[in-house]
Parts: sequence; C-alpha cells; structure tokens
Amino acid sequence: MKGQGMGEQRVARQGAAGRRAAAGGATQYEHGAAAPADQEHGAAEPAAASAKPRFNRFIIPLAAFLGIAAVLAVGIINSRSVGVIQSPLIGKPAPAWSLPVLDGGGRTFGSKDLAGKWYVLNVWGSWCYACKDEHEELLKISRSSSVPLIGIDWNDDDAQARNYLANLGNPYRMVTTDHDGHVVIDWGVYGAPETFLVNPEGMVVYKQTGAMTPEVWEKEFASRLPAALADRGS
Amino acid sequence: MLPELGHFALILAMLLALLQAFFGIAGPAMGRDRWVSATMSAVAGQLVMVATAVGCLVMSFVDFDFSVRYVAENSNSALPLFYRIAALWGAHEGSLLLWILLLACWTAVVAIATQRLPRRFVARVLGVLGFLSFGFLLFTLVTSNPFLRLEPPAPDGIDLNPLLQDPGLASHPPVLYTGYVGLAVAFSFACAAMLEGRADPIWARWTRPWATAAWAFLTCGITLGSWWSYYTLGWGGYWAWDPVENASFMPWLVGTALIHSLAVTDKRGLFKSWTLLLSVLGFSLSLIGTFLVRSGVLVSVHSFAADPSRGTAILIFLILAIGGALALYAWRAPTLRSTAGFELAARESFLLFNNILLVIAAATVFGGTLAPLIAEALGQGALSVGAPYFRPTFLLPILPLLALLSIGIHASWKRGHLGERTRAILATLAIALALALAVVLGVYAGRHCLAVVGLTLGGWIILSSLIDPIDRMRRRLSLPRSILGMTLAHIGLGVAVIALSIVEPYTVERDIALGNGESARVGAYDFKLIGTREVEGPNYSAVRAEVVISRNGHVVTTLLPEKREYWVRKQVGTVAGIKNEYGTDLFVALGDDLGAGRWSLRAQIRPMITLLWLGPVLMAFGGFYALTDRRYRLARAAESVPAGAAGPAGAANERMA
Repeated sequence: MKGQGMGEQRVARQGAAGRRAAAGGATQYEHGAAAPADQEHGAAEPAAASAKPRFNRFIIPLAAFLGIAAVLAVGIINSRSVGVIQSPLIGKPAPAWSLPVLDGGGRTFGSKDLAGKWYVLNVWGSWCYACKDEHEELLKISRSSSVPLIGIDWNDDDAQARNYLANLGNPYRMVTTDHDGHVVIDWGVYGAPETFLVNPEGMVVYKQTGAMTPEVWEKEFASRLPAALADRGS
Repeated sequence: MLPELGHFALILAMLLALLQAFFGIAGPAMGRDRWVSATMSAVAGQLVMVATAVGCLVMSFVDFDFSVRYVAENSNSALPLFYRIAALWGAHEGSLLLWILLLACWTAVVAIATQRLPRRFVARVLGVLGFLSFGFLLFTLVTSNPFLRLEPPAPDGIDLNPLLQDPGLASHPPVLYTGYVGLAVAFSFACAAMLEGRADPIWARWTRPWATAAWAFLTCGITLGSWWSYYTLGWGGYWAWDPVENASFMPWLVGTALIHSLAVTDKRGLFKSWTLLLSVLGFSLSLIGTFLVRSGVLVSVHSFAADPSRGTAILIFLILAIGGALALYAWRAPTLRSTAGFELAARESFLLFNNILLVIAAATVFGGTLAPLIAEALGQGALSVGAPYFRPTFLLPILPLLALLSIGIHASWKRGHLGERTRAILATLAIALALALAVVLGVYAGRHCLAVVGLTLGGWIILSSLIDPIDRMRRRLSLPRSILGMTLAHIGLGVAVIALSIVEPYTVERDIALGNGESARVGAYDFKLIGTREVEGPNYSAVRAEVVISRNGHVVTTLLPEKREYWVRKQVGTVAGIKNEYGTDLFVALGDDLGAGRWSLRAQIRPMITLLWLGPVLMAFGGFYALTDRRYRLARAAESVPAGAAGPAGAANERMA
C-alpha cells in the first residue's frame, strides 16, 4: 500500500515534533496530520467563537437524541398504565368451578355457592413467596371489608398450606385446593398470586396479576364494589 | 454468608468504579500523574470485586441456596448443574451482573493492552469506562440487586424459564453482551479523544482493533441468538424484527459503519468527526437496546423482566451517558477539520457511501422499532410494525450497499481510477448473474426477481472479493492478515446474502393435522406421523412424536419433535425435530393435541439455511483474523525498545514505524 507508506513518513516526522511538545509538558502525543494549529486553538478555546456567527451542525445529534429520550420518557409514563397484563376474562362470565375445601373432609365449594354474590378470588400457594408479600394486605382486607375472600390453594401440599395459614393468619372466608391446577388453568392464571373480582352476575370485573397492594385494592377493587361490601364502616 | 459477601463486593466495586471515573477523568485534566496511576489500581480492584460478586452468585446457584430470591426464582432442585450456572443470566438481575463483569473484563484488557499508549489518554479512556461501570453498578444495587434474601427461604425454586433451558442460552447472551459492551471501548476512546480535544489517524489506529473485536463478537452473538430462536422457540423463525432483535442489530449496523469509517480516518485522516460520532452512536444504541429490553416499554418475547421504575433509572443513565458524550461532541467536533480531498471514484467515496447507507439502514430499523412508542406518545393509539415495514425499507439502502461493495474494494485511496480491475469487476458481475439465473431457473422453479438480484449481488461480492487475493498470490505478493480478514468477512457477507436469497422465497411451510399412520406432502417430501408417546426428562414430562420423512418413496430421516411441560413453572416448551440434508433443513414441530390421536404439526423445508449460519461465522472469523495483523501487534514489538528512552509520545511513534 503506497498511500500508507507516505502517511507513515509524515506521521513519523510529526511524531518527533510531538515528542518535543511532550517534553515541554504541553501535549501528550502528536496531532493529526491535517491541521494541528487549528486543532490546538480549537481545544483551548471551545467552539464558541466559530459557532456564534454560524450554526453548529454538530449539535444536531444531541438534539435528535434528546427528542428520542423524550419519546422514551413518555413511553415509560404510558407503560405504567398500559403495561399490565389484561385478562381476556374481564367482562366475561367467570368459569364455573368447584373444588375440595381445605380440611373440609371431602366437601366441595365453588361458583354455585357464590351465585348472586360479589366475591374476590385469590390464587395462592405456600410455595409462592410473592403471596407472602401480599398476605398482610389480604388480612387487612378481610378485616376492613365484608366481601367474601375465597382462596384457591394451587398446586400445593395440604399440610404445608395448613402450616402457612396457621403461621401467617387466615384471611380467607373459604380455602379450596386445586392440586392438579385444572381450575386455575380455566381462570387463565399466569402465575400466583392473582386476584379476581367477580360480580353477582358471575362476571369477572377485574383481575390483579401479582401481589395485592393497598393502592390496587382501593383503586381497582373497593371502588368497583358496592359501598356496603367495600367497607365495614370502620 | 456468600450472598452478603457478594453484595458487599458489589458495593466496593461501585465505589472503585467511581474512583476510576474520577481519577481517570480528573487526573489528566488537572495534570496529576498520581491520579493517573491510581486509575490503574482502581481498574484492578474493580475487576476483583466484580468477579467475587459473580462467583458468590454462581456458588449460590450451585449450592441450591433458595434463600436467595434470584436463585429461587430462576432455578430448581431438579435443574441440571449446567443450567444452574447458565441461570446466572437467566433473568434481569443476573444479566446485569454479567454485563458488569464483561465491562470490567474489557476495561482490564484495555488497561493491559494499551500500556504503550500515552498514559493520560489511557487514563481518560479508563475514566469513561469507569463512569459506565459506576452507572451500571449503581443501577444494579438500587433497582435490581440479585443478592436479596427470602425470609423464610423457599423450600424449592420455581425453575429457570424453559425457553432458556437450551445450550444456545449458555452461549448466546454472554457472546452478545461481549459485543455490546465491547462497543463501550470504542465509545470511551472517542470520549477520551474529545476530552483531549483531538482525534487523528493515530487515534483511529488505536481504536480500530477494539471496534473490530466488538463487532466480531456482536456478529457471533446475533447469529447465535438467531440460531437459538430458530431451534428453541420451536416455530422455525430465525429473524422476526422483534424490538429486542432490532436492539442488537442497530449497534451492529452502526458498528459495521464504524469499522469502515475508522479505516478512512486511519489511512487518510478524513471523516474524523463522523468517526467520533459513530463511535458514540454504536454504544449508545446498545444502551438504548438495554433500555428497550429492560424497561418493558416495548413488548417483546424477550422482555422477561419489565419494570417501569427500572426504565426510569436506565433512562436517566442513558441521558447522562449518551447526552454527555453528544454534548462533548457538539463542543469538540467543530474544531476537527479535514483538509485532504479525494476524487469521486476514490475508495474514500465508496466508504462514505457505505457509511451513509449503513446509517440509513440503522435509522430505518430504529424508526420502525420506536414507531409504536412515538405513535403512543402522540396519542395515535397502538401501532404494530412488523416485517412488512422492515423488509422493503431495509432492502432499499442495503441493495445498493451490496452492489457498491463489489466495486469499492478495488478502488484506490485518493485517486479515482479502478484501472485494469474494471474488466475483472465486470467479468465477475457477468458470472454472478449467469449463476444466479441458472440457480433460480434451473434448481428452483419459482421465478423470484429478488432472488435473482440477491444471488447476483451475493455471488458478485464473493467473486469480486477473490480478485485481489488471487492477483496478489499470482504476483507472489504478501497478503497481510488485515486484508485477508477483510476478504473473509466480505465473502461471509456474500454467503449470507446468497442464503437469504434462497431461504426467504423458497421456504415451504405448512401446518398439517395428522393421525397415527397418516402422511402429508410438503414440498417434495412426505411427512408421516408414526405415533406419539410420553417421555420424561429431569424436570419435565413431554409428548414425543415420531415423524418419518421420505422423498420419492425413499426414507430420508426420522424426526422426534417434542412438546414439553416443565413441572415447576407449568410452562410448555417445544423442541423441534430438525434434520439437515445438504444444507436444507427439514423441520417438524409438534403443535396441539387435536383429540382422537390426531396432532397438529408444523412442517417446514428451508433450503440452504446452513449457509445463513455459515456466512456470519465467516464474517466474525474474518474480523478476529484481521485483529492478528502485524499493524496491531506492533505495540508488542515496541515493548522491546528500552522503556523510558522514548516516553509516552515516543511509544506512539514506535507503533507507527
């Protein structure tokens, strides 16, 4: 490569100059071949002087990036409200279900027993620790509101479930057990915990994916319930 | 104990990264050589601390420590050891830790390999890298700490996401991240150059091997990812223009532009500010990619850990890092001027077009990826952008790029003469066109116009790339590794283009419903379902079908596609049955049980798909091979020169000699 050889010679000469400069403490290594003097002044005195009369086109990338950042920021704000996994069940009839009651001696409980009533259905398991996060909130709800809170203990060992409720307290009006997960699949559960709100017509009104929080309870559940059920008047 | 130790090590690493950033940037600025030296110590300390943290988390996985939340969420007592280690990067927190580890490794390699460069410049590079490390460490510790405990411990873990239980997982994210993070080195070199107020051919030569290495890793990572999704996701797609795939593709396109633009700055001292901008953009796009994957702003099959609060944190970091670099650019770039000129048909022109077209391609992908967000921001409602947008808009800049490549590699610097090569270029074009027509009309009956164009361009690239090496060999001239590497990479591109030109139009795909003993014809092959049976793996149970594929009555192969149900997560995974025959994939995936012993199956015949993996592998190999060139190894040779005789500036000269 001929061009390369020429470039090397030139750079080598300038390198010597750079070494002298370095000895003087001004620079660490030599400049580009193009216009050293120009660069030196530019570095010392930022573009202000040259940019004043003319538009600094090198600012375009920064401006473009800030525009993109604004779009991303709006995206984040929107995703707070939109990003929740919506259940296709919402606004549709809840699946008919019937499951054995925990320690019920073979007794079953299900949608028939709840016909004509508002109820809150919570899918949990003693193996699920996000359920432990929401347990305190469920206990609070069971004390403050009179809507029946029904639990489906999913894919769990009965002894462990019993233990769990004995240790942490039992917020549920009724606990049913779904050992093979068939009912839970009917409800389209994505992962425990999930909480459904069902109205007296048997329609799914709301679904919470993930742990219940005081905000979600107030905003999404209590607000949809008749006042008498949402609040015990405490 | 181990998780706490890891957590503590991570905090120390963050503090060391902060020191590294401070000493590295403030030291040279204030002329304090002790601070400059301290940067090196901070780099070493940070690497040790990060490695300790990663080691602690790996040990927690190996020891089934389900009291650690991340371990409990991503492994299970039935999960084999190999996947328990790979589970480290199976979800958000661990992926970040892997990212941090790779950044620390790249930083250490930079510190070691640049010993012959001016110390202040190196300190600035390390300082910028330290700032990036600090940002990621702070983000991890505040929003995504992988060492959080569970109280009480989980009795068992909820297992690794089944999609990730595949050998592809073990290699794909680390390799891809190595590429992503590698672009941080070019970014830091650019920032250091701008902080010093100069970017010159020597700077470009220092940056080139780093950019090439990152690009080659990125090439491997994207290919592995594509291959992984093709084999594991079960439905046989290798590229879906998914936001996360695009997020890895955009840095690659810009990285490709960067390695070409660096060549011009290195050889001719031109395009300086443009090269700086590309260096900044390449890594910026990897950061934006991270943002898109992690924030949940865009919905994608890959976004396994969406959390808006994390999104906010990444966005702030993004604005500081990218905004800072671009502000630096707006301030410094006007002072960089190139005075050298070149003629229209000179190599510089071709590389300029290469850059413009690659950046346009990256911009179209970027626009398509962000369009849903922009539409939402403007209140236009949900918008979905898919292959119908991406394919034509991407081809528009790429087809001319491929055509210019075959000519451009023969152009000489500065002067606009193709010389005696003109005839050879035209001859290779004619041969490529003839071969393409023969293949399309002869082998594949369908007359696809794009297939002819693609095959011609791909063939032309390969043939044209061979002209120079053959010429050199005939004249007994040396063939430098950088040139051979470039040639290999270009041939790899040609191979990939040929593969796409055949795979895209000539893939046969059909969903069929079969009962036991029934068969259906797909393309030239007969697919016959022999039967299904239950099988059991270490942590799943599955239905395995036996499908016999025959052609003209001769049995070609028997495939055993599986549909797995993982016990713990209750998630369904598909393992396709694939047989490669002369580069053509025969593919069967098991769908749904239709009852009465009937199953839905997806059958595909993908001709020449092997070339689609071979092409990028060749490209990456070419990149790595070019790195071993003498011109980049001269730093090593310079070490034999008595140290101190020349000083830092002298060392730079030795490199050039």
